[in-house]
Amino acid sequence: MRIPCPLCGDRPLEEFTYRGDATVTRPAAAAPMEAWVDYVYLRDNPKGPHREHWRHAQGCGSWLVVDRNTVTHEITQAAQARPAGEVQR
Amino acid sequence: MQYSITSLAKQALRGHQGWPEAFRHPEPQKQYDVVIIGGGGHGLATAYYLAKNHGITNVAVLEKGWIGSGNTGRNTTIVRSNYLLNSEIPLLEWSLKLWEGLSAELNYNVMFSQRGVLDIFHTDGQRDEAVRRGNAMIMNGVDAVMLNRQQVLEMMPLVDENNGRFPVLGGLLQPRAGNARHDAVVWGYARAADRLGVDIIQNCEVTGFERDADGRMTGVETSRGRIGAGKVAVAVAGHTSQVMQMAGIRLPVESHKLQAFVSEAVKPCVDTVATFGVGHLYISQSDKGGLVFGGMLDGYNSFAQRGNLPIVEDVAEAMMMFLPSLGRVRLLRHWAGVVDMTMDGSPYICKTPVEGLYLNGGWNYTGFKAIPGAAWCFAHTVANDAPHKFNAPFHLDRFAEGRPVDATGGGPFPNHH
Ligand SMILES: Cc1cc2nc3c(=O)[nH]c(=O)nc-3n(C[C@H](O)[C@H](O)[C@H](O)COP(=O)(O)OP(=O)(O)OC[C@H]3O[C@@H](n4cnc5c(N)ncnc54)[C@H](O)[C@@H]3O)c2cc1C
Ligand SMILES: [Zn+2]
Repeated sequence: MRIPCPLCGDRPLEEFTYRGDATVTRPAAAAPMEAWVDYVYLRDNPKGPHREHWRHAQGCGSWLVVDRNTVTHEITQAAQARPAGEVQR
Repeated sequence: MQYSITSLAKQALRGHQGWPEAFRHPEPQKQYDVVIIGGGGHGLATAYYLAKNHGITNVAVLEKGWIGSGNTGRNTTIVRSNYLLNSEIPLLEWSLKLWEGLSAELNYNVMFSQRGVLDIFHTDGQRDEAVRRGNAMIMNGVDAVMLNRQQVLEMMPLVDENNGRFPVLGGLLQPRAGNARHDAVVWGYARAADRLGVDIIQNCEVTGFERDADGRMTGVETSRGRIGAGKVAVAVAGHTSQVMQMAGIRLPVESHKLQAFVSEAVKPCVDTVATFGVGHLYISQSDKGGLVFGGMLDGYNSFAQRGNLPIVEDVAEAMMMFLPSLGRVRLLRHWAGVVDMTMDGSPYICKTPVEGLYLNGGWNYTGFKAIPGAAWCFAHTVANDAPHKFNAPFHLDRFAEGRPVDATGGGPFPNHH
């Protein structure tokens, strides 16, 4: 697998660290406990397209949002992560 | 047919032409008391214990491919109970006790070999951790022995004793641990369950659930039609999320892949199961002579049953540090299995929010050893609609309750466990 970092270009997998599902969003601090349990622990874990966070740790250091298929490992898009709420790409 | 020295002699005289099939291949019936989804070790053993311990014999095991085609047929077969937490040791130790009598119980040689599991350590911190773990085991009635440097080198003469960066300081040995033949466990439980009346149905994928107006399970949709069920028990490993999603349940699970490796056959040189405390590497030697070894997860969500090269490199590097004399041994094959990693590294053996639906999953990369004990407890849970005390800690609500069973302290990051 090679991940196309928007700043550095195609780079090998070893340069990146994985965080996980990028679609879960942090609830408001006062949100009910269920919302927090949901955010911290529950995942869709799809077999197929998955939007996920990676960090180009051994490169430019950017946090990325990557669209990758969990069956074929095909990567269709990689963009810099933005603060929640801001429109992505 | 009972396997014995007499049946072996008889069949030998007939040139081994007369062995009957080990289990039937029945057509699915319309209705079962219990339908088990997944024909891996856990599903088959659950069927066996339902029939044997609870007298529930109107049971079907539905397997989408062939039995043992999942992780049970892909794992590195380590069986041990050298766990840390009081919530996990009783379950794994019960499992180990069942392993000790398994070949006799099933009338099938699962080739369980108590060659010991030796965790080697290289720093003072690791030694403290090993002492703590060993004491936790002993307090729970499990065998644990601390070895000094000399004793480790006597047991594992190929270990690089001159590694200046990571010197061998000692090891924690569980003498009763070891390994077994993975396929034999699948076939042995399948045959034993079949003999008690369980239907094992292969090439039968479950595609949906059927529930009554109150939401209770009444059956499953499959690639071979509808099958009615009083209760449904799920044991599908890497596809736990997908199957449970059909019942509207979202889980604390991510599917990851773990690779394993086998070398060409060499003369006996590793007669225990050893782990290298630097990075992650574990190794044993099969009866055919192949060195069986593995390392860490690939680290990202994946349903591909094939591994990526960075881990191959990582494992090869660790091997050169640990057992440098094996550097020129050639790799014969490597593969990956899709493992259901959880948010605390521990499994789920429990009831679910849906009445009549039960879950045995989230085994991470540690579920082979657990097959007898966990399936024994799972059968208890399904039969009594309540957990046994050994599996009581392993329920889905533990996160909401603030009771994760997290031995490594990795936190809610499945790839850190
Ligand atoms: C490389 C590797 C090494 C490992 N090493 C060890 C080890 O040394 N020691 C240890 O204790 N554990 C180890 N494990 C973990 C262990 O293999 C698993 O935890 C264990 O085998 C799980 O057994 P199971 O019966 O739950 O799953 P599986 O054996 O995977 O069986 C599940 C079955 O469900 C079927 N299925 C899935 N979806 C459906 C559906 N919709 N309908 C019907 N059937 C379905 C699958 O085809 C599969 O056959 C390892 C795993 C891997 C991948
Ligand atoms: Zn970059």
